[in-house]
Amino acid sequence: MSATAILANGRVLRYSFHERLVHWLAGFSYVYLLLTGLAFWSPWLFWIAVVLGGPTASRELHPWVGLIFVFATLLMYRMWSRQMHETESDKEFWRALGHYVRNEDELVPSADRFNAGQKLLFWGFLWCGILLLLSGLILWFPHLIPWSLRYLRYIAVIVHPAAALLTIGLFIIHVYMGTAMERGAFGSVIRGDVSTGWAKRYHRVWYEHLLRDAAARK
Amino acid sequence: MSQATLEIRAISGHSGSVPGAGVRREFDVCKLIDTTTCIGCKACEVACLEWNGLSFSETVFNNSYQTMPETQWNYWNLIKFNEHEREDGTLQLLMRKDQCMHCEEPGCLIACPADGAIVQYVNGIVDFQQDHCIGCGYCVTGCPFNIPKFSPTARKVFKCTLCVDRVTQGLEPACIKACPTGCLHFGTKPDMKALAETRAKQLREYSGFENAGVYDPPGVKGTHVIYVLHDASNPELYGGLPKDPHVPWAVSFWKKPLKWIGNIAMIGGLLGVFAHYLRFGPKIEPADEETPRQGGAAPRTGTRDPGGRP
Repeated sequence: MSATAILANGRVLRYSFHERLVHWLAGFSYVYLLLTGLAFWSPWLFWIAVVLGGPTASRELHPWVGLIFVFATLLMYRMWSRQMHETESDKEFWRALGHYVRNEDELVPSADRFNAGQKLLFWGFLWCGILLLLSGLILWFPHLIPWSLRYLRYIAVIVHPAAALLTIGLFIIHVYMGTAMERGAFGSVIRGDVSTGWAKRYHRVWYEHLLRDAAARK
Repeated sequence: MSQATLEIRAISGHSGSVPGAGVRREFDVCKLIDTTTCIGCKACEVACLEWNGLSFSETVFNNSYQTMPETQWNYWNLIKFNEHEREDGTLQLLMRKDQCMHCEEPGCLIACPADGAIVQYVNGIVDFQQDHCIGCGYCVTGCPFNIPKFSPTARKVFKCTLCVDRVTQGLEPACIKACPTGCLHFGTKPDMKALAETRAKQLREYSGFENAGVYDPPGVKGTHVIYVLHDASNPELYGGLPKDPHVPWAVSFWKKPLKWIGNIAMIGGLLGVFAHYLRFGPKIEPADEETPRQGGAAPRTGTRDPGGRP
């Protein structure tokens, strides 16, 4: 059972409708969390909260949108976790990272459905999401933490921004690669399909697997 | 002493300069609480409620004079009672009026992200401005004295104002006005400090309280509410008055190094990906080299990157 397949028009379905929907649920909720979070991070960015409907509204909605983001992340975990386990070729990918960065893609080991960078993104967001959820629950209701447990609040005010900063690093690279750097990738998460050339260059193992599937079905 | 102006010294969550800071000279105000002459009558508590228009809160009975465990969002002034058993077996009823300490270095203001929700006046009063408060509760985390309290109804945080409305009109805070024993004093910080030291010396030399002293904790650069204690070496005995209060380490780390590391990393990340694009450019979508085995449609080539490099 695979969500992806080679389409009749010769293109390759990379992300199903369900996957794209979950991706953008996470994406839009993350952007809201990022913007309101940045507003509370620095006085110089506080205007963002004003633009987004007022700082009080931002404070009220940020935790709820956080729950939506966590929900989307859990759905992603259910969809993708089995395809995100590290393999030998991932280690080779990291060794060949320089080639990948310099766009020498023919020197990069071929990847399965997800390459090592995508796996890093996935697990990074998952673990940071868990940390953000736990610390966020404390920051949601700081007044319910008794004085004797105040160290929980101290941990939360460090963990929440620190984990958020890690996700921002991942997010910057993810958005850059998905929109500007890797041409063809953005369409895969909008319309869902990629060209065979794209599939073969960046995810040859996955593509060949699809070919075998298609041949077996005939 | 004239307190007719309210020059602001510090503003929470504020970008840029503080308007008017350092323009006028003002006295540092100070409340002195002499715990050794407090009789626990709670007149200060009632006066606080009266002046600030707060309704009386539900009380609890736990076999002591302590009618509620700590201050509340609508109960800013509470005497903490401790039936302290001394080493010789005698009892000492320690009573300390608990309220905002009006720190010179206020942890609440440092932690607050909302522009103008907490201000510190040049006279030392730290005041919450509820119309700018967003109810995040960071001040609750920043305070080393457990003072700011969140109101579930207003969804904002409240605390003692040191009766800033009275002080600007040249009046003493309401609690001071109500105190029947004169254990509460109000004046300039140097005057109150001198009075407190005199009283502590008196206690040491004539009343047998060898450890009597003044509580004006240097960890928060001093407070605008100071205590005379019979035993200044054990402030915890007085309803948990912290021995060495300071802005929590986590709050300082979060607001200074972590913020700068984060800012540099975020800007560096944006510049980094931009530089990468300038240096290496995009990965051009490869042309389809062969017709896939399934389906007979003609392969599409370079569909979404007509202007790409060959």
